[in-house]
Amino acid sequence: MAIKNMFTKQKPKKIKYATIPSEAAKQDVPEGIMQKCPKCKKIMYTRELQKNHHVCFGCGYHYPMKASERIQFLLDEGSFRELDATLSTANPLGFPDYEEKIASDRKKTGLNEAIVTGVGNIDGFPAVVAIMDSSFRMGSMGSVVGEKITRAVEEAIRLQMPFIIFTASGGARMQEGVLSLMQMAKTGAAFKRLSDRGGLIISIMTHPTTGGVSASFASLGDFNFAEPAALIGFAGRRIIEQTIREKLPDDFQTAEFLLNCGQLDAVLHRNEMKEKLSFLLDIHQTGGVER
Amino acid sequence: MTGLEFEKPVRDLQEKIAELKNFTTSSDVDLSDEIDKLEQRLKKLEDDIYNSMTPWDRVQMARHPNRPTTLDYIPYLFEGFFELHGDRSYGDDAAIVAGVAKYHGQPVTVIGHQRGRDTKENIQRTFGMPHPEGYRKALRLMKQAEKFNRPIICLIDTKGAYPGKAAEERGQSEAIARNIFEMAGLTVPIICIVIGEGGSGGALALGVGDRLFMLENSTYSVISPEGAAALLWKDASLAKRAAETMKITAPDLRALGIVDEIVPEVRGGAHRNAEQQAALIDQVLLPAVQELKSKTHEELVDQRYEKYKRIGGYAEQEAGLKE
Repeated sequence: MAIKNMFTKQKPKKIKYATIPSEAAKQDVPEGIMQKCPKCKKIMYTRELQKNHHVCFGCGYHYPMKASERIQFLLDEGSFRELDATLSTANPLGFPDYEEKIASDRKKTGLNEAIVTGVGNIDGFPAVVAIMDSSFRMGSMGSVVGEKITRAVEEAIRLQMPFIIFTASGGARMQEGVLSLMQMAKTGAAFKRLSDRGGLIISIMTHPTTGGVSASFASLGDFNFAEPAALIGFAGRRIIEQTIREKLPDDFQTAEFLLNCGQLDAVLHRNEMKEKLSFLLDIHQTGGVER
Repeated sequence: MTGLEFEKPVRDLQEKIAELKNFTTSSDVDLSDEIDKLEQRLKKLEDDIYNSMTPWDRVQMARHPNRPTTLDYIPYLFEGFFELHGDRSYGDDAAIVAGVAKYHGQPVTVIGHQRGRDTKENIQRTFGMPHPEGYRKALRLMKQAEKFNRPIICLIDTKGAYPGKAAEERGQSEAIARNIFEMAGLTVPIICIVIGEGGSGGALALGVGDRLFMLENSTYSVISPEGAAALLWKDASLAKRAAETMKITAPDLRALGIVDEIVPEVRGGAHRNAEQQAALIDQVLLPAVQELKSKTHEELVDQRYEKYKRIGGYAEQEAGLKE
């Protein structure tokens, strides 16, 4: 080859393809390393976000939290002992496709059902805790959720411990029909039993807490709190709009809206959650007054 | 009289018999043999149809516009019903009626959902769908009943709690939850009877008790069949299928162990004769009141707790065998 030809093309040029990101790819930053806030679009390192208890650094948006993450962030390390982990969903009405849906959610979430219950310490104060997880069947309440809550409340009675519940649920589980509805009565009756024995009950409603769950145990704490911007309500927005034939305000049924309506004791930011709960556990150690 | 779709064969035959009877009186031809035969056939047809009602047929019956309401039964069941109003905080909800009365001489508190019997009344009573103040009125009067040791009788008949802006603002969820919670602990007998539709949490807020009875053609469900179909299969027209799958009829719920006893209905449905229907309710209600009256406060509350504790269908693996 002549030297003067040295830099000219010998081989056909390698074809370069321009990659035009799809709409979906534009929206989603790869989940592994970075995350984009669905509210303010701020892009953050996933690891940093985790350290911040899944609260956006930009706008304070509270991401949904897995039950396991909540246990980790709330309870003293190594103090958690799970209850009734072996309770699992049956198909009591023989509802078509129900078992398949449960199986697929189990695989997807690594959870057995939409709630984890157990005993643990918060800043050294023991409590029975129940934590719902909306990633499993929208946190809907069927027989297992109702039974696990009831048993956990009974454990709180037995151990004379406070009971703390984090709710996250779309409501009753349709596939278990009226059995789901009756879990409202069952859990409500258990709360009454604990309350009558002087037990402290704290409910923290997280996004979303609606339908049969908001209309039963979620609203039955001695203290009812919510996480910022959580959707909380009995009836769905669409059905209300259809019934009253008027458009509802954007903030309707948010935690802040309900606080204004007098329906909540406080809206608690996730970063102050542990401190506030620990304070309440502290002042209720003796039932308020020395006896 | 408004007839339902599945009753059409009965109606057709009844019309035919009426026609023949008419014909007999207006002409010389004697058709009484023929009429007798047809009337026997009618009886058999009625038996066939009313003894094999599908869940959807029962839904139609439960929603029948002429189906007796709480206020229709009260004068037949109780003496001297004295209606009491208001929740003492916000207002008086006409979708729930409540008061004191005597039941076979025994003082009782009676509470029930109240639908309207025409459009105007339905608007005033928000179609029997209560607001929080309705539930709070009910609770206030239940507490009063407890104070004076009166049994409580609840008649359930609602499509559900009212889905409205004001209802949410005033704490619809909390009002329902509070009633469930407090009813679980009341130290007087509570008997709940579903007389029409038992719709979801709005029904349950008057429905936690020592005994749950259902009229034969009433329904009790977590969501309306239409709602379930829309939610599960994105198609509200599959309501008929949902009514079957969801197990919402009295016989289905009796089989599930949720309902303690079914109150039989007069042939063709309660709307045929409210007075007779009240008598059928009385036959089931009276023994229950008498039985529960003999229980102590602790027995009532403990047994009520156990009753609800048992409800649910789940699996439990033996410890150590978990996969």
